[in-house]
Amino acid sequence: MISSRFLARLSFAVVAVFLAAPLVVIGAVSVNKKQMLNFPPQGFSIDWFAQIFTDPEWFRALIASLVLAALSAALAVAIALPLSWFLWRRDAPWARIFQVLGVAPFTLPPVITALGFLTFWAASGFYGQPWTAVIAHAIFFVTLPLVTLSLGFSSLDRSLVEAAAVMGADDRVVFRTVVLPLILPYAVSGYAFAFVLSLNEYIVAYMTIGFVMETLPIKIFNALRYGYTPTMAAVSFLIVTLTALVFAAIARFSDLPQLMGAMPAQNDGDIKATPSRD
Amino acid sequence: MRREAPRSWRDYLPLAFPAAMLIVFFVVPFGTMIVVSFFRRQQAGFYTPDFVFTNYARFLTPFFANVLGFSLWLAIAVAALSMIIALPFTYLLTRAPRRSQTAWLVALLSILALSEVIIGFAWSTLLSRTAGLTNLLVAVGLMDAPQALMPGFGAVLTAIVYQTLPYTILVLYPTMARLDPTLAESARTLGASPIRAFFTVVLPVQRTSIIATLIMAFIFALGSYLLPQILGRPQNWTLSVLITDQAIYQSNMPFAAAMAVFLVLVSLGLVGLTLLLGQQREKTS
Repeated sequence: MISSRFLARLSFAVVAVFLAAPLVVIGAVSVNKKQMLNFPPQGFSIDWFAQIFTDPEWFRALIASLVLAALSAALAVAIALPLSWFLWRRDAPWARIFQVLGVAPFTLPPVITALGFLTFWAASGFYGQPWTAVIAHAIFFVTLPLVTLSLGFSSLDRSLVEAAAVMGADDRVVFRTVVLPLILPYAVSGYAFAFVLSLNEYIVAYMTIGFVMETLPIKIFNALRYGYTPTMAAVSFLIVTLTALVFAAIARFSDLPQLMGAMPAQNDGDIKATPSRD
Repeated sequence: MRREAPRSWRDYLPLAFPAAMLIVFFVVPFGTMIVVSFFRRQQAGFYTPDFVFTNYARFLTPFFANVLGFSLWLAIAVAALSMIIALPFTYLLTRAPRRSQTAWLVALLSILALSEVIIGFAWSTLLSRTAGLTNLLVAVGLMDAPQALMPGFGAVLTAIVYQTLPYTILVLYPTMARLDPTLAESARTLGASPIRAFFTVVLPVQRTSIIATLIMAFIFALGSYLLPQILGRPQNWTLSVLITDQAIYQSNMPFAAAMAVFLVLVSLGLVGLTLLLGQQREKTS
């Protein structure tokens, strides 16, 4: 039946246009020659992209965002890895409470975590220190490596580990030689998820360090209040591209549909997984 | 290697760092917030330890009721709209070849991860007078002069649906992807059209997952904070905006904390409902 296939194509196209339209527009205005908001763009210029690196304020925000994302994602993995290993290795039902705690901040509206940290850092006297944002983001995004790593451990073949143990390896050796290499892709994708989300996060960063320093989202929002500048569009486009590249890299090195909860790919994958419908 | 119960305290060591981090930096801040919500506010942003319900009593004002009512209504509208788009789309997506599924997932995850600031900025550009959608309509002759489509409720709603849609699709995706394809096939064999098979077989089977996804999308939309500020008028502001406003600009931490606690209770209640639904599903299947 041509019509049902056509309907499917059509709905894909409509969703694609809806999702792409705003991003296409900011991409287009970011190369506008004049310092005005015009679409379609008049002339072509990449000066606004250069300005991210030459303007000290934008450059400082870029560096702040990258450092924050790199450190907080690392801390998130450092929290998630031993926790998910413990839950996989040990039979301790009450320890699951920590998994719930790890997933909670991400499930609740972000303003709650943000306000919790604001009261906490204010009460403890550390409010405004740059490192407080690293901890805040690590806790806020620990969910992501926790989920990817739990998935990784659950797909681990226990007989492999058993074999190593039978050969006399203790927990530490088994972890280093068998578990870690198998679990590494999941740790990396968990890191990448946390990195990208931290790069884009506004409210938690704003409530912890917003008055002392600017990350890129904070800087964009502050600039937005004083009206439009093309550098904003260039920075936004840069972040969009970076975000898409990181996810494309995750997809390249792991089975993304499986990571998002579908069945693992079969070897004869595409043909068998999709029954013909027309 | 089977899972073993921990025998000595040394077996618990790997748990020490994650547990300490989560307790010190999640449970304690959360507790601090709850405690502060009962404090008494002083002038100039200070507050003194106390145990008063005045912060919670302020919920009973018409202003707060308005903001709360609007937030809930907005979240319901967003969840419903996202679901209407996401349901057929996710179904078709899980039937698509794996390569195009991966490409779509990359796009959806990218938009989901995208900062609210950037989404707000992109939509404000798309809906603006000088660079927006209406210029396109003028160019093809459907309109006389370009128009600004923001600020307003429509702009806020569109942008939050834009942000929530990828989330809704990704929450629906696992159960849809694991749906037995022979179910719809047998309906087809028995003579149902693909659309009829979707409505009479696929949807009923997915019922609990759909309700759970609706609730998750609702909570997600409830957290929207920047989009109402960038694209809306003050009457389009949500509870999240009000909380931040009280905490930072009005320096009223106790009231902000009380509202946050309230928001947690609403969200937790809904999450609890989702879990309950999940358990029922396990029992019946």
